[in-house]
This record gives sequence, structure tokens and C-alpha cells, in this order.
Amino acid sequence: MKQSRFFRNIALGIENLLLHKLRSFLTMLGVVFGVGSVVAMLSVGEGASKEAMEQIRKLGSNNIILTSVKPVEEEGTSTTRAVMSIYGLTYNDFARLGESYPAVRSLAPVKLLRKESRLGSRAMELRIVGTTYAWFDLVPREIVAGRVLRAEDEERFNPVAVLTEYGARRLLATQSTIGQKIRIGGDTFEVVGIIKSESGQAGNMQIPDQDVDVYIPLRVARRYFGDVYTQYSAGSRIRERVELHQIIAQIDDIEHVEATAQAIERMLERFHRKNDYEISVPLALLRQAEATKRTFNIVLGSIAGISLLVGGIGIMNIMLASVTERTREIGIRRAIGAKRKQIIIQFLIETIVLSTIGGLVGIALGVLTPVLITFFSGMPTVVTPLSILLPMIISIAVGIVFGLYPAANAARVDPIIALRHE
Amino acid sequence: MTTTQNGDIVSLHQARKIYQMGNQQVRALDGVSVSFSRGSFWAIMGPSGSGKSTMMNIIGCLDRLTDGHYALEGQDVGTLDDDDLSERRLRHIGFIFQSFNLIPQLTVQRNIELPLYYLGWEAEESAARALELARRVGLEERLNHRPTELSGGQMQRVAIARALANDPHLLLADEPTGNLDSATGVQIMQLLEELYDEGKTIIMVTHEPDIAAHARCRLHMKDGRVDRIEES
Repeated sequence: MKQSRFFRNIALGIENLLLHKLRSFLTMLGVVFGVGSVVAMLSVGEGASKEAMEQIRKLGSNNIILTSVKPVEEEGTSTTRAVMSIYGLTYNDFARLGESYPAVRSLAPVKLLRKESRLGSRAMELRIVGTTYAWFDLVPREIVAGRVLRAEDEERFNPVAVLTEYGARRLLATQSTIGQKIRIGGDTFEVVGIIKSESGQAGNMQIPDQDVDVYIPLRVARRYFGDVYTQYSAGSRIRERVELHQIIAQIDDIEHVEATAQAIERMLERFHRKNDYEISVPLALLRQAEATKRTFNIVLGSIAGISLLVGGIGIMNIMLASVTERTREIGIRRAIGAKRKQIIIQFLIETIVLSTIGGLVGIALGVLTPVLITFFSGMPTVVTPLSILLPMIISIAVGIVFGLYPAANAARVDPIIALRHE
Repeated sequence: MTTTQNGDIVSLHQARKIYQMGNQQVRALDGVSVSFSRGSFWAIMGPSGSGKSTMMNIIGCLDRLTDGHYALEGQDVGTLDDDDLSERRLRHIGFIFQSFNLIPQLTVQRNIELPLYYLGWEAEESAARALELARRVGLEERLNHRPTELSGGQMQRVAIARALANDPHLLLADEPTGNLDSATGVQIMQLLEELYDEGKTIIMVTHEPDIAAHARCRLHMKDGRVDRIEES
């Protein structure tokens, strides 16, 4: 009974709105575009930040990444030939990190090399990472075949190589490649495994295993290839001595990450005269991205609020005009016995129906827009339930808030005067 | 329901209605004491400004007295608030206006159903009731028309059907033939007489003597007071 009356009220409201199709449509437009733009903006924002967060998570939010950077003042001296520039993280840094920080659970050293290599008949320059078994804990990736590096490879100077999926593809290696010999530089290694790899960019940080073709034990890399790297370019020879290109430290608890990063920074400052390293904390990046997202949402929310406010004022405007126009109708209803409350409900339902339908159309528009954006620009967009629910609730609220005043005006109509109204 | 001993449906005692117009007081009703018994047919007559419209508004629970008492069906309505007055109008009174006062956007059926909607009737029941009433006034063919597609006489019939929807004891007609030609006016009066014969109490405001002649009693007003009463 009660429920059927509720739906009947709504049906009568819709019936009434349909009597003025054009006006109802125009009244709705404000809410349609308000809600539509909110949904669209939220999904674009959500898409952008989701991608960024995913990239950052790939770096590992418990990790601290130290990277060797060629100091700026060294740059000038490279014009002088045959000068060797020495910079970057050292084996000592690595040892100190392992000894003096209880929060550091494990450490992976990274030595980057580029060597002419050959697998079977295929030869190319490979990007090689000299590291230890710890790497595979810190940058966990699925093993495609075989095994990853082990502690014993380090101890026994085993000349073994683990290919990344990416490197395997370049070398045309398959699972049957395991056990075969690969030539790296002038030395022979045994392929022991193939592992998956990720690629991508997170903020200004690279995913650790981006563009890596092959892993070999660090000690083997040191013994075979040394620490000096010679680059020939445009007739000049640049010699660099870098012990470690990167150190990845995994911290035992996410709570300790930032404090440990600061402590490590202080330590490095003490031992490095030049500014030849960089500390990146994915967690900080993550926090930063989250903060950016929050700001973004606040800005969007404000814009949304303003556009919905404008839509609401539009509704209120039209409804006030409608109340004046329908004074006589209100008078008739009151004379017949309608209570003030019932007049309020009648007008309120009309505005709520308007704003709700406007909201639904707006959501349809707002869901369609990101699809088109993604289709034409390739920008990722994500429509979350919240980005639909929130504008929907707001548009209903707009109907209530901006319908109340016109409805109250309608209820104030004096039936005696209204019946004389022409 | 408590009724007064004599079965009066409307009873005014020392009724006073004073309007403030600028700094001038207008005594629209100036001490009216009159009773209308159940099942009577009254015409209230008088020149404009005599207070007959005010009297109709008071009787119709659209307005309240400044002073005095008004009992509708034996119950004093002088102290009721707006909601209760609405309730009285809804349950006890049917209005018929000079300018019909149909809602132009609604169909004939919806117009007739209007009081039933506020009484909380279900859709099917009120549709059946609307059909019955439309038949009663000879407009069952027009249920889905809009008032603007009807003649004046037809519109007044719809208004009468609407006034009857809540099955009131009291029908208030304010110049019911004022906007109609005389032939149509006579038809409407015949309809009102039929309703009188069926036992409705009818109070009608008019300034046309030949229309007033249809009523059984005539109350003449002058300057907010009862001038004289004649019964035929």
C-alpha cells in the first residue's frame, strides 16, 4: 500500500514532467553535464593514478634502491682524453649496508655490463647484470624454466647465466637452451634458467629488470670483466670505473623504510665526496602518488561540486518559475483538500525525478566518454563503482536541496488567492 | 459523528471576518448567525462586496473566522490548523466553481480522481469511481480528453463529478453558471437539483435571481450581514 503509493507519486511526477518535455529536458541538462563530467574526470584520474601505482608496486614498496650516478662536475673532464672517471657505489658501501643496518633484511648488488655475446649462431650485444641470488628475492619474478642464481654459484665462481624472458627472446633461446653454452665477452657460461621480466617506468624510476637480458654471478662478473668500462665514442675513449651500478636493499618492515633510507643517505654522504649516487624509495613515490591522487580528487571534487551547483541552481530556477506558473493548479489542489506537505512532496518528487534522470543520463555519458578517450588516445581510464555511485547520490541530493525552496514556495500558496489567479 | 440536535450541517454563530486593507478595516462578515440544515438547497445572494464570497470561503474551510463560531457537521472548525482544515475539505466538502478550476494538463479522468488521490485510493478503485461519476454526469466518452477540448457545460460537469468523488454531504457552488450560456446553465442547475433530490446539501452563491430560484431557500446578504431569508 505504502510502497505502491510511493511509486504512484513518482509516476505522477514523471507524467507531469512529460507535459513539458522540452523544459524538463533543458532543466536536466545542467545535471547531465555536471554528473557526466564528474564521472569522466574521475575515471581518467583513476586510470592515470592506477597505472602509476602499479608501476611503483613493481619496484617493491619495501625496497630502497641506490643507484650510481655520474657526477655533474665529471662531465667536463671527459673532453680530456684517456682520463678515467671513478664514481658510484662501492663494494665497501655494499658491505657497510649489510653490516650496520638491522632493518635491512637483504641486499642485492647490481653490476651492469654490456658484452658482445653469442648463443649458437646468434650474436649480439647483451645487457648483463652481475648480481647475487638475493636479487631474485628482491625482484621476484616467475621462473619460466631451469633455476635462478644460487649462493654456491657465488662461492664457487660458477660461470652460469640466467636469461630473462626478454633476453631469451632476443637470443631466440627456448627452454631447450638450458644447459647449453653461451659466449659472453670472451668467456663461456652455462645457461641455467629463464625468468620472466617486467618493463615500465614508475615516475622517474626504472623497474630494476627493465632492459636486462641476462644475469650472471657478481663475483664471476668481477673476475672476468673487472670494474673498468671503456666506451669508444666519436673517436674519443671514455674510461669509467664503477664498482656497483645499483644496490637494492629490502627492509624488514614498511615502517622502517623511510628512516632506514635517511640513515643510509647520511652514511653515503660521509663516505662519498662527490654526489655520485641517488637514493630512490618506491614507498615515498607511492606516498607521493597517493597524495597527488588525493589532491587531484579534491580539485575534481571542487569542479564537480561547482558544476552540480550550477545544475542545481538551474533546476531551482525552473522549478520556481513552474510554481508561479502553476499557482492556480496548486490552489485547486489545496481547495480539494491537499495538505501543504502533499504539495511539497509533489514538487519535490518532480525535482528529484528530474535530477535523478539527469544523473543517470550523465553517468551514461560519463562512462562512455572515458571509453572514447581510451579508444582514441590510449590513455588508461578506470570507472570505479564509487565514481558512479558518488555522482548519483549527489545528483539526488541536488534534487532535494534545490527542490526544497520551490516546493516550500508552492506550499505557501493561499488557495483563495490562487483560485482567483488567472 | 456528533451532530447538533437540529441536524444542521453548517452552523455559523456571530461569525465575523475582518480584513485589514491598508489602514482600513473591512468587515466582510459582521456578526452572521445562520444555520443550514442537512439536505437543504440554499442560494446566497447579494451585491458584490456583501460578503457572500467570504461566507463561502469560511463555509468551505478555505478561510478562518476572525471571531465567532463555525460548526461543520456539528464540529467546531474555528480552532483547526491548516492541515485539519485541508482534511475537512477533503472529506466533507465538494467545490464547484464559476471558472470550473479544472487542471488543464490533466485528463478528465485524472481531474475527477484528484480528491481520491489525496484520500489515498488505489489506482484501479479510483479509475472505477471516475468512470461511475463520469457516467453520472454524462461524460463517460470524454474520460481521456483534456478540459481544453470540452465545452463550458462539459467542463462544469467534470467539476461536479470531481466534487462528488469524495461523496461529500455538502456541495458548495460559487456562481456555477456564471460562465455558461443560459441553456447550459439550466442543464447544470438540473444536475444540481438531482443531487439535492439525492440528499446532498447544496449551498450556492449567485447574483442571478432565476438561478437562485432553483434553490429551496434564499439568503440575502448586505454589508456583511444577513439581510433576509426567504423560503419557497
